[in-house]
Amino acid sequence: MSEVAQNNNQGKKKGKTKKMSTRVDFTPMVDLGFLLITFFMLATTLSKPQTMEIALPSKDKVEEKDQSNIKASRAVTILLGKDNKIFYYEGTREHDIDPELIEANYSPTGIRQFLLKKNYEVMVKVRNLRIEKESKKLSDKEFEKRKDEIIGDKKAPIVCIKGTDASSYKNLIDILDEMAICNIGRYAIMDITPFDLELLAKKGL
Amino acid sequence: MPKVKIKRKSTAIDMTAMCDVAFLLLTFFMLTSNLIQKEPVVVNTPASISDIKIPDRNIIAILVDSKGKVFFGIDGQENRIQLLTKMGGAYNINFSAAELKEFSLINKFGVPINMMKSYLSLKSDERDIPKNALGIPCDSLDNQFKNWVRFAKGINKDYRIAIKADQTTAYPVIKRLMGSLQDIGESRYNLLTSLKGIRDYE
Repeated sequence: MSEVAQNNNQGKKKGKTKKMSTRVDFTPMVDLGFLLITFFMLATTLSKPQTMEIALPSKDKVEEKDQSNIKASRAVTILLGKDNKIFYYEGTREHDIDPELIEANYSPTGIRQFLLKKNYEVMVKVRNLRIEKESKKLSDKEFEKRKDEIIGDKKAPIVCIKGTDASSYKNLIDILDEMAICNIGRYAIMDITPFDLELLAKKGL
Repeated sequence: MPKVKIKRKSTAIDMTAMCDVAFLLLTFFMLTSNLIQKEPVVVNTPASISDIKIPDRNIIAILVDSKGKVFFGIDGQENRIQLLTKMGGAYNINFSAAELKEFSLINKFGVPINMMKSYLSLKSDERDIPKNALGIPCDSLDNQFKNWVRFAKGINKDYRIAIKADQTTAYPVIKRLMGSLQDIGESRYNLLTSLKGIRDYE
């Protein structure tokens, strides 16, 4: 007789099915979502590394260049020494007189001052071009093209960068940076010569 | 005076909206991100003012640690298999299919080619300890580095060379690398740096 008893008990709800709430608790799902977000944020590289593009002449071209001697008055040789020191000299040995070897460093008041002075004309032109760009709204492409023309000027100084064995990779990057800052378009990374070592030796290095 | 009845509010909040936001963000991160690639050594790149970004694909990555060990890696599993086959051919080493497969999963490696077989048989977490990661020989006696780059270039002409070296890496190491690249006619390449602002520009 249990059925009867049941009927009696549920007599009031007869014909109605029990209504379940359709609400779901989303809290765990939110937790999960944020957990995954955290994971992805930590596991991703947010910024791509920067790069510096360099193009060096291939070996046979270098020899050609050596033969057609660079005009001594425009040549600047930078030697990367140990302990973040730089030495530079202008020109080369003439009439048995050695060029003066000057010490500098990588700070804005170091080699940059010298290079800016040396490359003054180009710097002024580039600055004017930049002003023109802003006033006349030159396109980036146009700007780059004209800038290349200016820094490729035949009269601009030519820089030879030579690293000694005691210098580091950072020194090389720093000096290439200085080239970019000083708008020097013509520079080359070269092997150090016995002449350079002799000059350094004279300075007691 | 009748007592003011404070109405009881339910503390349950509707989480649906928050859930939507969370998954929206999740989708965004999943689609835009590229996962950090594991590198065999930690390298601190020097800072520079250059702000060109490196492309994601078609990169021959050359990693140089502070002691001058050279590591090498290319992207694309197919290309990696081709590369090792070619390299094995040049040095008369036959790699099995399983070894090639294993090699295609390695992002960057730094071992001489004659030790490649034993290197591939190691577990992935043992590969990067200094004893096993010896660096790729890159001197005038045995310049395997040159061959790696040349073969990689042979597989895909669009590969760009990116050198990532530590700040304290000695200059002669870099010079040797550049010399090797020059020997095989690769005169354009990228040096990876981190960003720094220009102090008192001009």
